Amino acid sequence: MPQTPLHAEHARIGASFTDFGGWDMPVRYSSDLAEHEAVRTNAGVFDISHMAEIFIKGQGAAAFLDYSLVGQASQIENGKAKYSLICNNDGGIIDDLIVYRLEEDSFLVIANAGNRDAVVTAFTERAATLNFPGVQDRSDDYALLAIQGPNATKYLQTVTDTDLSTLSYYSIGEGKVDGVNAYLCRTGYTGEDGFEVLFSSDDAVKVFNALIASGAVPCGLASRDTLRLEAGMPLYGHELNLDVNPYEAGFARVVRLERDDFVGRDALLELSTKTPSRKLVGLVGEGKRAARADYPLFADSESTVQIGIITSGALSPTLGYPVAMGYLETDLSEIGNTVSVDIRGTRLPMTIVKLPFYKRSK
Amino acid sequence: MSNPTNRQYTKEHEWVLVEGDVATIGITAYAAEKLGDVVFVDLPKVGTSTTYMKICGEIESTKSVGELYAPLDGEVVEINDVVVSAPETVNTDPFGAGWLIKVKFTSLPELMSAEEYAALTGEG
Repeated sequence: MPQTPLHAEHARIGASFTDFGGWDMPVRYSSDLAEHEAVRTNAGVFDISHMAEIFIKGQGAAAFLDYSLVGQASQIENGKAKYSLICNNDGGIIDDLIVYRLEEDSFLVIANAGNRDAVVTAFTERAATLNFPGVQDRSDDYALLAIQGPNATKYLQTVTDTDLSTLSYYSIGEGKVDGVNAYLCRTGYTGEDGFEVLFSSDDAVKVFNALIASGAVPCGLASRDTLRLEAGMPLYGHELNLDVNPYEAGFARVVRLERDDFVGRDALLELSTKTPSRKLVGLVGEGKRAARADYPLFADSESTVQIGIITSGALSPTLGYPVAMGYLETDLSEIGNTVSVDIRGTRLPMTIVKLPFYKRSK
Repeated sequence: MSNPTNRQYTKEHEWVLVEGDVATIGITAYAAEKLGDVVFVDLPKVGTSTTYMKICGEIESTKSVGELYAPLDGEVVEINDVVVSAPETVNTDPFGAGWLIKVKFTSLPELMSAEEYAALTGEG
């Protein structure tokens, strides 16, 4: 199983590991709840070096991304970032990703680890169609660390000369972190303020330990999952997959249809005119029993006709009650509506709420 | 954490401490660590009969759900209210305050020794 350059360091400081997207990743160092809490109230550092870094460079880079993604990379200002989707011809989601514009003709795309091959394959095919030579998969060359939480900026500032206050949300800059050349991205997947720091994998141990020494608590993927769930952020393979289209997933706003040609346009244009048959919703329960991925949803406690399915769920560490995301038949997906979830043979009510479940105070 | 030698173990990672005809049952430190932070414990009611290796409860962590398999035939005579109200006790003291249920047993199956269990989990 592939490992990040920090694997031995994680083991040394006591991590337990899990298979994530085909990678052997730290699931926790001490306690899921303590790590979750650290990110909400202090700051945590996550090794996310498994993620894919694909550089798109050269003349035509913006046009290539405009053609390849559902959003308009050409509209991103230099030094800014945008969340986007890469779809197939049917409008199915191949991956969700973040596009950073480094310069006029230079972009960085960060995609999910488990979808690296699918994204690179799709980019390569689309580059061939446009005769664009500038797709460079550099995933193996880079380490990526996320430092997240209310103290993330303060801690990171102690190990970088870059004035972090100059980097607004969804921006990217270049600087040194603990003396190592790095991209500093003000993005994340926790619902907190913070940065994702991209640099040579050769320096992974040094920078990781510098961030820990600055005050950040090492956090595993278990806490990352509950943090992103509370923040209402989708996880590919749960909320998103090839059989889900952006309208069902609530991402109509990232699809820019007012353009001539991009992959999936015809299918997406057609889908945009119809009400989707199902929608991604947020659900909250009572008590302590969590609805988890793949549990079926019903209209009420008596009904045996399935009307939806949970895609992610947990007892929210921050809120103290069960939260979940899932797909529901559209006509039953109104905010405030109550449905019934089958938790291993027990039916419990869950109420549809607006996402996210948790929003940080600014 | 080493497994106390005064009790027996199952392949489902439960420990059983026999005193007279009552067995105290909990999950091992190994199981608690694998589960992660325990946030909810669903235990059988007092008076429920248990059947060897049949599911009689659930232990949920933030990340996953673990099933509690009855390690012997009998009847539940006491449940640990401490772990119901403070499920994290299963993590902090799995072999002590984090015990789960007490069962008055009718027969005692052959279970593993601490040494055999340690071999199973690769701690030996």
